Amino acid sequence: MATQRKSTGVKNLDSIRKIIARHKRHDFLFASLGTLVIASLTITLLILFLDLVIDGYPQFTLDFFTNFPSRHAARAGILSAWVGSSLVLIVTFLVAVPLGVAAGIYLEEYAKKNWFSDLIEINVSNLAGVPSIIYGLLALGLFVYSFGLGQSILTAGLTLALLMLPIVIVSTREAIRAIPVHIREAAYAVGATKWQVCHNHVIQYSYGGILTGVIIGMARAIGETAPVITIGALTFIAFLPPSPIGLEPPFINFEWLKAGFTVLPIQMFNWISRPQHAFHINAAATGAVIIMLTLVMNGFAIKLRYNIRKKIKW
Amino acid sequence: MVKNITTSKIKHNEIVKAESKNLNFFYADGTQALKNVNLPVYENKITALIGPSGCGKSTFLRSFNRMHDLYPGNRYEGQIILHPDNTNILLPGVDPIEVRMRISMVFQKPNPFPKSVYENVAYGLRVRGESNKRTLDEKVEEALKGASLWSEVKDRLQDLAFNLSGGQQQRLCIARALATEPEIMLFDEPTSALDPIATMNIEELMSELKQKLSILIVTHNMQQAARISDYTAYMYLGELVEYDATNQIFTNPSKKETEDYITGKFG
Repeated sequence: MATQRKSTGVKNLDSIRKIIARHKRHDFLFASLGTLVIASLTITLLILFLDLVIDGYPQFTLDFFTNFPSRHAARAGILSAWVGSSLVLIVTFLVAVPLGVAAGIYLEEYAKKNWFSDLIEINVSNLAGVPSIIYGLLALGLFVYSFGLGQSILTAGLTLALLMLPIVIVSTREAIRAIPVHIREAAYAVGATKWQVCHNHVIQYSYGGILTGVIIGMARAIGETAPVITIGALTFIAFLPPSPIGLEPPFINFEWLKAGFTVLPIQMFNWISRPQHAFHINAAATGAVIIMLTLVMNGFAIKLRYNIRKKIKW
Repeated sequence: MVKNITTSKIKHNEIVKAESKNLNFFYADGTQALKNVNLPVYENKITALIGPSGCGKSTFLRSFNRMHDLYPGNRYEGQIILHPDNTNILLPGVDPIEVRMRISMVFQKPNPFPKSVYENVAYGLRVRGESNKRTLDEKVEEALKGASLWSEVKDRLQDLAFNLSGGQQQRLCIARALATEPEIMLFDEPTSALDPIATMNIEELMSELKQKLSILIVTHNMQQAARISDYTAYMYLGELVEYDATNQIFTNPSKKETEDYITGKFG
């Protein structure tokens, strides 16, 4: 009797182990598929990047960053392009971040939940997926012609801000939603008003997530070409906009907002469309610079998110 | 306050601090969570709410600081009268923030803010516009002493509150609720996430706190209700089944349902 019992027990154990082994095969299958996909994506990006670096290698000199574009490929640089990109991004940042964060907080904390807020929500998500050329055409009609802002840094900054706005709004809302209900209730329970809850808690705890969204949005804006071409950015520019900071009072001027400009991806586009091979080297070098900038920004965003998550655990 | 006693009902020579009158509550989806609840909360006493899960005891508790107002569509009917000023705190004209400034709450799970120990306790005062460093220091110390936490945290006031143990975090939340000198303190199963020793500390603390204020507590733990409360209310399916002095309820309940629940035959 006892031996029989023991043997059935062992039999059961065998069948349990078989089931586990079969199920584990599914784990293995999925994990290897995932690894394969990730690896092929990473390798593709790496090859593209290395290709650009190898092609553009002769141009990686300090001169390349301090020279204006030139008819002589070897002397041409990206000074006006990176200065232009930086100034445009400053405008984009100053417009998109306050607007986007405020909109996100409003939608999440203040707006009543009804069909209208649902409609806004769907539209904001949709805006993130609208092709950038559409934003360019909108900006051309609105900023350049209707508002008369011209083909300026201000116009480009506002256009890219439109593009970045949905990303900032969505990431702000996600970050706010991650704050647990019981923390929010704790703040209300001591008698805080909505604004006090937003100001003392919601914004402070969602700061990391919001910043991550902002950086990812900026990284997207830096590489955008189509909308900037549409509003008429210059492709060959051998001067810098007036400096935003002066040595004489009032030290800050806004002339640069009205200046013509170019940006990195347009400079690259311009060079790649030339027949001479020498310019293609410049284009490759510029491409490598853009990818580097994007990688650095995204890496910074990830690091930031990691640090803040480590500090605030719910 | 003595003058106003005449306006408050007196029973067993005790002062009614607040009372619910024909209180009904409806959630946004239309379910009625409270049915005609009439219940007094006596001053300087602990009133415990017991009953099986989903009986509406937490819903009842959260009506006292208008927590339901945070979510759209919830609806109250009836009154909760706060004495001695006879304010019906459920009236739409009464600002829920005013109610929360008079009636504070401690939650089921310790929920300190991800800020320093000091800032957690000071927050209620800051919300009230207090910014004088000396006043804040004094009141924070007083509240932490009141929550018997001062000796444990006095050297680490600037530490993050999350670094405290679960029991300490809950006492910190009590200090936070205490700092603003509330008239009533609500406890929503304050020890359900804590170990027995931390639970004992909190129970002792509540017995001390009732010298200063009135306490309404929801608990799943019947022994806890028997140990600490002066009055006990048994609720079932949104209705108040029986309410009496705790001794009476636990030794000689007048209703069969109450007896079944207390003796463990049901629930």
